[in-house]
Amino acid sequence: MSQSQSVATASSIDPINSQMVNEYLTFRLGAEEYGVDILKVQEIRGYDAITQIANAPVFVKGVINLRGVIVPIVDMRIKFALGDAEYDQFTVVIILNVAGRVVGIVVDAVSDVISLAQEQFRPTPGMGSVIDTEYIMGLGTVDERMLILIDIEKLMASSDMGLMEHSFN
Amino acid sequence: MSTDLEQFYEIFFEESSELLADMEACLLRLDVNSPDLEDLNAIFRAAHSIKGGAGTFGFTDMTEMTHMLETLLDKLRKGELEVRSEMVDAFLKAGDVIKGQLAGHRGEGKADPEMAAAVCEELKRLCEETQAAIKSSEEKNAVVSAEAPRAIETSVEEQSPPKDELRITYRIEFNGGDMTDTGMENLFSNLKLLGHLENLTPENEKSRYRLKLTTNKSEEDVWETLAFVVDPGNLKIETEAAGKTDTDLASADKESKQQVSAEADYGFFPGAPAAPNENVHADAAESMQQHSVESEKGESQSASAKSQTGAKATANAAAGETSSIRVSVEKVDQMINLVGELVITQAMLAQNASQLDPVVFEKLLGGLNQLERNTRDLQESVMSIRMMPISFVFSRYPRVVRDLAAKLNKRVELRTIGENTELDKGLIEKIADPLTHLVRNSLDHGVEVPEKRIAAGKPTQGTITLSAFHQGGSIVIEVSDDGAGLNREKILAKARERGLSVHDGMADQEVWSLIFEAGFSTADKVTDVSGRGVGMDVVKRNIQSMGGRIDIESALGVGTRMSIRLPLTLAILDGLSVAVGDQMFIVPLNNITESLQPRAADIKTVSGQGRVVQVRGEYLPVIALHEIFNLRPKVADVHQGILVILEAEDQKAALFVDDLIGQHQVVIKSLESNYRRVNGVSGATIMGDGKVALILDTTALVMSSQQEVV
Repeated sequence: MSQSQSVATASSIDPINSQMVNEYLTFRLGAEEYGVDILKVQEIRGYDAITQIANAPVFVKGVINLRGVIVPIVDMRIKFALGDAEYDQFTVVIILNVAGRVVGIVVDAVSDVISLAQEQFRPTPGMGSVIDTEYIMGLGTVDERMLILIDIEKLMASSDMGLMEHSFN
Repeated sequence: MSTDLEQFYEIFFEESSELLADMEACLLRLDVNSPDLEDLNAIFRAAHSIKGGAGTFGFTDMTEMTHMLETLLDKLRKGELEVRSEMVDAFLKAGDVIKGQLAGHRGEGKADPEMAAAVCEELKRLCEETQAAIKSSEEKNAVVSAEAPRAIETSVEEQSPPKDELRITYRIEFNGGDMTDTGMENLFSNLKLLGHLENLTPENEKSRYRLKLTTNKSEEDVWETLAFVVDPGNLKIETEAAGKTDTDLASADKESKQQVSAEADYGFFPGAPAAPNENVHADAAESMQQHSVESEKGESQSASAKSQTGAKATANAAAGETSSIRVSVEKVDQMINLVGELVITQAMLAQNASQLDPVVFEKLLGGLNQLERNTRDLQESVMSIRMMPISFVFSRYPRVVRDLAAKLNKRVELRTIGENTELDKGLIEKIADPLTHLVRNSLDHGVEVPEKRIAAGKPTQGTITLSAFHQGGSIVIEVSDDGAGLNREKILAKARERGLSVHDGMADQEVWSLIFEAGFSTADKVTDVSGRGVGMDVVKRNIQSMGGRIDIESALGVGTRMSIRLPLTLAILDGLSVAVGDQMFIVPLNNITESLQPRAADIKTVSGQGRVVQVRGEYLPVIALHEIFNLRPKVADVHQGILVILEAEDQKAALFVDDLIGQHQVVIKSLESNYRRVNGVSGATIMGDGKVALILDTTALVMSSQQEVV
């Protein structure tokens, strides 16, 4: 009980405070399972021809043509240093609509869409992870599975992704 | 102010801006010596519509201003007083004031109440002055009728007395369910201004209003007053009975063709009251025939009146429908993108289908052929949405020229040719400033004052010609004047003074291009019009940023012609595709001077690092594209690859690439919309196979090479 109270007070999961059940698209990166708010997802597509961009960070694979829109592609496996960045027929690109932009992320596989009720949330424990916990909204539990819920908007807009122009750059 | 009206603000603002622009165009077209009644009416209607709208929204300053305008205009069009050029000036000023007020209400600026008051006074004075003049002396009246064209004359005599008899009663029905009480009150008070108003709305029925209005105004006027507030689709106006009976009117028509033409000239009796429109047509046509001996002017007027009544009939029939819709540019761009994508998909399908057996897949191939045709048509029509006639830009110059010529005491006529030439909306917006500068320059430096012109044996009135036409894949806009022309000696002397490297043997073209140098001016005195030497360099830069160029032709004493050459659209670029490793890049064609395969002996190094290549005696820095973009090239030695010589901002550099692939017209896409700016890349495009290719920013590349070598 005390746990769920602390969940409710955690500012990072404010949107969940309303009684609404949120839906998350879950995907795998290496052995871990992640989730992003389904409302941020535009579409899911296979990985195909990418045009490299000069002097971009390694995790920015390049840009693709998405029906006439030039969309940058970020490989989350490289960004989070998870698993081998192999590209095969299962490699999936999730096209996201974040911060008014269209960005694609490369993941190992997309699992399913999961509804999480408030009591299924757990706060993020402090950990020395490669991912700044700032970008993790919380952990979700579904049966035996643990989902790492990413605040994808915050992550993509952050300066260390280098996706967007920041005034101090 | 009720909040319900706020959603209509934007519509009112846009409509008013358009009306003001129309009004200005009419004013400038107006010939003071023989004013066209149609124009006067058009100006009056514009002012009236603005007034109606402003009144509804409670913008009292605008209402006052337009009311003054209207009063004077009304007198003018009724022939009670003659048009004088100072009136036109006052009208133009009033137009400016209203524009300012409009901007003020939009929250984009501040109206100048002092100026408004001054213009108001001016209008009032003009109005009263002439009134007094008419009253005091009949002589003046004689002058008026003598000078005014026949149409006005007849209308003055025949129109004024039966004014009251011609009162028409309209039955107005509209749905006002969603309107507030204040809105209704405003509307009623506006309607009452037009004439006698009776409210026939049943007490218990609030949503459907029935009104009876007896007025001498035209149906159009009533319509305009209402249309600002009431959804036109719900609005019904019926003409009931006129002061005169139908037969009276018909016989009057037959008896006095003069009157018919006068009425038709007025254009504010759309269809004789309660008479079918065809009748009017017939009458107008008849009158036209019978008056064929009359002056051409009268004839053309009745003809135009006829077409107007015809147009009005259809307009009334299709009430509520509009001939154009406002769509945001975003939506159009999205559509263009999607169609572009469709074309790529179609090309892909066609490529795949070409490998199929034409006998077995006959139907499929036939269908694909049709798809190709359809997509091409679709693409063309979608692209044409973004195209606008250049008259949108040209239309602002008559005013500029008029004002400036008056200021400089010059007599100048502005001619425009090819106003219907279409170009991309984005270009239209960007070309306006440079073009204004060129026109002002032509006026200030080009066209001489009348005395000088007479001395040079030229007509006192100078001519500035604006023309636009298509040539090849680009659009050419020319600003030419018959003025003094550029003075070669003066420019050279000035250039020496400024320490530029010039010599007497320079070609004319090179000398002329000196005026694009920053801070270069040969003007003897600096005026607030031009002469400071800032501008031409900005003009050139603006035009170059649009992917265009500017050329000057000039002959001393004969005139100057500036030609701007622009690509048809901003969205398309002529490019050369080059390969480095497995990547493809697009180099803008207008920055390429040549491409060559160098000899090994021509490649030299500077201090062991920077490489240069000797091209016809010139040493150019070599930019290796694979080094900049960290790619693995297929060829490492410069002499095995290709050098593309780039020129940007008068600097040259050689771009080292693996191979040239071909020349394309590519659609420019922004990288920044979803990613960020990348050094050395100006954008991206989608190739025929659906892949993304980056467009090189040649200027940045050339500039970076300069820094490295120096």
